[in-house]
Amino acid sequence: MPIQYYIYLALALFSIGIIGVLVRRNAIIVFMCIELMLNAVNLLLVAFSKMHHGVAYATDKASTVGIDGQLFVFFIMVVAAAEVSVGLAIIVMLYRNTHSVDVNFLNRLKN
Amino acid sequence: MNITHILFWFLSALALVSAMMVVVSKNPIHSILWLILVFFAISGHYILLNAQFLAIVNLIVYAGAIMVLFLFVVMLMNLNKETEQQKNVWMKLTGVIAGGCFLVSTCNVIFNAQSVSRELAGKTALMKEGSIGLIGTLGKALFSNYVIPFEISSVLFLSAMVGAVVIGKKD
Repeated sequence: MPIQYYIYLALALFSIGIIGVLVRRNAIIVFMCIELMLNAVNLLLVAFSKMHHGVAYATDKASTVGIDGQLFVFFIMVVAAAEVSVGLAIIVMLYRNTHSVDVNFLNRLKN
Repeated sequence: MNITHILFWFLSALALVSAMMVVVSKNPIHSILWLILVFFAISGHYILLNAQFLAIVNLIVYAGAIMVLFLFVVMLMNLNKETEQQKNVWMKLTGVIAGGCFLVSTCNVIFNAQSVSRELAGKTALMKEGSIGLIGTLGKALFSNYVIPFEISSVLFLSAMVGAVVIGKKD
């Protein structure tokens, strides 16, 4: 597949994530849109890693060029899992204190 | 138009439609279920690119663990009613315009900018071949070149676990 198709797909997914973060007020859905953006980036990293691998694969079938991209995706998933556990704990705390998960209530942190 | 192309377009359409439904759905439970569908589509893309380890990890970690955590939290808060207050229509329109501007400007860079399009011209992602996505190759690299970040990520998990317990504790 031409690499441009993957770039456009990942950009579209990332933009949908951005729109979701800006449009919705439910903190859980905002959080889910952040996950969507992370996944768009992961998809693009894997596509680029396969692009670089394809060049080396033509001459040497056993080369491991491009493996760093896939390991980056693995570490992004690790960080995302840690982030979700802390973030959902914060949302649960927010709900316990305000009985709502509306992000607009968070401007109370000002005073 | 062989089977790989058909699968690519099908999975892309599935991912985009489900991603839009995540944003559009009023009910948070439906949003979560649509997001799980997005993750399945992305896992399908990984399998097409022969990144089998990442496909399985994506299913287990994202679709399996993280989304179930989201479902638990939504059900714990009893939010599955459609009670979300809406932003006013101008705020929504501004958000859509901002996201659309990002999409259009970055696509324009990929499509039109001379240096970028020359760099990307004729480049293809290797489909269904290559061994870097297999668990053996990835595991060897993970435990040789990347062993320090791998161990540090375990500390990250420990701190995230302690953080979640401390934040969530009733006091």
